[in-house]
Amino acid sequence: MKIKFHHILIGLFLAASGCKKDNYDAPTSRLSGRLVYKGEAINVEYNAVPYQIYQPGFATKSAIQGTFDPDGNYAQLLFDGTYKFTIPANQGPFMWKELPAGTRDSLTVNLKGSQTVDIEVTPYYLVQNAKFTATGRKVTATFDIQKIITDANAKNIDRVYLYVNKTQFVSGGYRIGDGDPPSIAGSAITSMTNLSLSFDVPTITPTQNYVFARIGLKIAGVEDLVFSPVSKITIQ
Amino acid sequence: MKKTTIISTFALLLVTGACKKDSAFLDVPPKQVVTSDVAFSDPNLVLSILADLYNRVYDFSGLDNGWASFADFSESFPSENGSYYIVQRTGWDFGSWGTWDYKYVRDLNLFIERATAATKLTDAQKNQFIAEGRFLRAQYYFELVKRMGGVPLITKSLNYDFSGNVEALQIPRAKESEVYDFIISEAEAIKGLLPVNVSEKSRATPAAVLAMESRAALYAASIAKYGATTPQVSLPGGEVGIPASAATGYYTKALAAAKEIISGTAGNYSLYKQLPDLSDNFANLFLDKSSSESIWVEDFKANGGKTHGFTTNDQPFSISDEGLDAGRLNPSLNLVEAFEKLDNTYAPMATKDGSGNPIYYTDQLDMFAGRDARLAGTVLLPNGLFKGKRTEVYAGYQLGNGTVISSSDATITQDVPGLGKVQVVGKDGPVNGAEFRTQTGFYIRKYLDPTVGSGRRGRGSDVNFIRYRYAEVLLNAAEADAELGNYAEASGYLNQVRVRAGLTTPLVLTAANYFDRIVHERRVELAFEGHTLFDMKRWRIADAVWDGNSMSVADLVTNIGKATKRSTQPFGLWPYKYYNPGDVNNGKWIFKETKPSPVTGSNRFLLGNYYSRIGDDVIAANPKIVKQPNQ
Repeated sequence: MKIKFHHILIGLFLAASGCKKDNYDAPTSRLSGRLVYKGEAINVEYNAVPYQIYQPGFATKSAIQGTFDPDGNYAQLLFDGTYKFTIPANQGPFMWKELPAGTRDSLTVNLKGSQTVDIEVTPYYLVQNAKFTATGRKVTATFDIQKIITDANAKNIDRVYLYVNKTQFVSGGYRIGDGDPPSIAGSAITSMTNLSLSFDVPTITPTQNYVFARIGLKIAGVEDLVFSPVSKITIQ
Repeated sequence: MKKTTIISTFALLLVTGACKKDSAFLDVPPKQVVTSDVAFSDPNLVLSILADLYNRVYDFSGLDNGWASFADFSESFPSENGSYYIVQRTGWDFGSWGTWDYKYVRDLNLFIERATAATKLTDAQKNQFIAEGRFLRAQYYFELVKRMGGVPLITKSLNYDFSGNVEALQIPRAKESEVYDFIISEAEAIKGLLPVNVSEKSRATPAAVLAMESRAALYAASIAKYGATTPQVSLPGGEVGIPASAATGYYTKALAAAKEIISGTAGNYSLYKQLPDLSDNFANLFLDKSSSESIWVEDFKANGGKTHGFTTNDQPFSISDEGLDAGRLNPSLNLVEAFEKLDNTYAPMATKDGSGNPIYYTDQLDMFAGRDARLAGTVLLPNGLFKGKRTEVYAGYQLGNGTVISSSDATITQDVPGLGKVQVVGKDGPVNGAEFRTQTGFYIRKYLDPTVGSGRRGRGSDVNFIRYRYAEVLLNAAEADAELGNYAEASGYLNQVRVRAGLTTPLVLTAANYFDRIVHERRVELAFEGHTLFDMKRWRIADAVWDGNSMSVADLVTNIGKATKRSTQPFGLWPYKYYNPGDVNNGKWIFKETKPSPVTGSNRFLLGNYYSRIGDDVIAANPKIVKQPNQ
């Protein structure tokens, strides 16, 4: 068969029209916010505290998963619509409302364009007034601990750690120095104010004259730690 | 005229041909499909169906699952460029180790139902087949429950009635304890239906059934007892977690099942003791297919279509049958130092004396002398013997002034003062980042096949994978007995296993030491047999052992033998040749604990890892399934 002009025309038409129908625009509405307690950000471990966003009304039910940033921020690009925001059971160093049926409470978000929704939670403890100083290569931290939940749900402090890292991701899995990090056992804490921990920074290759540090508080019976904000410290 | 004849003949043929009834013409039985009543009329056909079901038994690590299924948990180092992620990740996904193969469950249920309905088999044949089907089903439920916790317990084939309502097919999760109870009651029900036969290793026997029961009951018991330490790992409906009050009952059942095997009523099994050298004997236990110790195995046959590449993947580099294909699985120093000294004490590998000076060894193997015979039986040590050759493992020359001369490959020579240009690293490693040869100083010996040609890709190896063996049954008995407080009897079972490993001084278990000792014994006896993860999980110490903190050498060499000793990163033990002419130690070996440079991550086991995630697709299809805790 000879290829005629109108064959090419049909082919072109098909190719041009075929592109339209089955392609959607990428989602553009940005849902973002942070974990807060009375306006104060709650710092958590990188990639450790997950959240789930459900869009009800569809036949199959599966969550959009994400994890909070170390400073408690989160962000997702979504289509406009109604979503339910929740945090899976036993995750995070804070209490999340449980419903009587043993299910988790969820937060309904009506998304129309970008929106900021802060997630208000009640942490067991907060690390406050964390100050980091360096003498030579020794990093010293002083900080206070505030117990937030004091009723029947209160939990004890397991340990408080000082973590130091080369980058601003600072936690148990992301730190310099092998073995146990410097720490105070919960049982050894007599006063909740003016606690102190220090760490001798080992040699870093390639050399850099600064490190990042923060305090992590392990609550007894809770897996995730609550942290102080990350601080950059200049060392020699 | 002629034409008329031909035409009329054809017409006649057509007419008579068309006379067939539609049904006779269209209903031709297909020749490539055997219907179930035909298949279940002949024991040989049933056996071929059963063979497929046996072939689909799900293992955690298996010789045909790939070498990497043995390579995690800091017990070894993966020496392959594409697999360094195993030591670079900082933990496991919540979905790791999950399984949800209800197609297999359905096939097993159908097999049991069809065998039950078969009319042309004898009762003896039917009982045997049904018992085997039930054994495989219980075995798969065991695999499910130790990974996922309670799962929907489906014991008959489910059929959809096309009514548009699928609710009858949506079965909620059973309690974790109910699944274990099912496994135990199935085992009790079928153990009498199978003939006792010690030489039958690859099909179900009473001993295989009892070994499964003993292990399952032990798992349930320890989850009940130690689950109390991790209350977050439980669900209010009991789908995950077993009440502590059930522990004693399960331990009693585990002990009773183990004792039934030990007493010999299920066949005359015993510890393998054939060779005078205890290490060779231990290695040979995995190679000897007629061993009196193996109870249930996955069998392989060279030149018979079922082989595996374990030896090809893991053979020593310089003794490889297949050029560059070798050396992937390198046992870590963490595991090696866990093997005790012959006086029942733990000690790190002696690299330095009290004042911090290196200790010099004439032969590399002297370093490992006087240890548990299972060490050399499990691990191919530096200068170890395989296929009549010795491995060549050293990381460089160390001079009298402390300078180390090394290179990136055995073929790249370096100038050593006084020797000229010489080879300075072993042909078998270790060099950081040099794949296919050891990077820890050790090769694997367990399962490594010394048969000629076993390391070739084309031939492969046909070494068995042992799923249940007598030594584990003894350890199950020891653990259950100790948990029930019968320390003297428990010590007796434990010491049988230890004597076979050359540890002849009897060990006395007490309330204070039994837990660490049992954990330790299972780790060294059953290394690389797929137990580590599940043992750590059921004792609820996985989150302590793999706590995510990176390790220093000081960390590595302390607390050896403690159940909760941290083991987040695999270490190596690198030998160096000491070169200092005129010195008394010239030409001897020194060793250094070394963390291979690809090891950058540290294992962190989260509470959410105790039970693998159930996929969103499963929950979407069956909303009655409750989610795992922490997920």
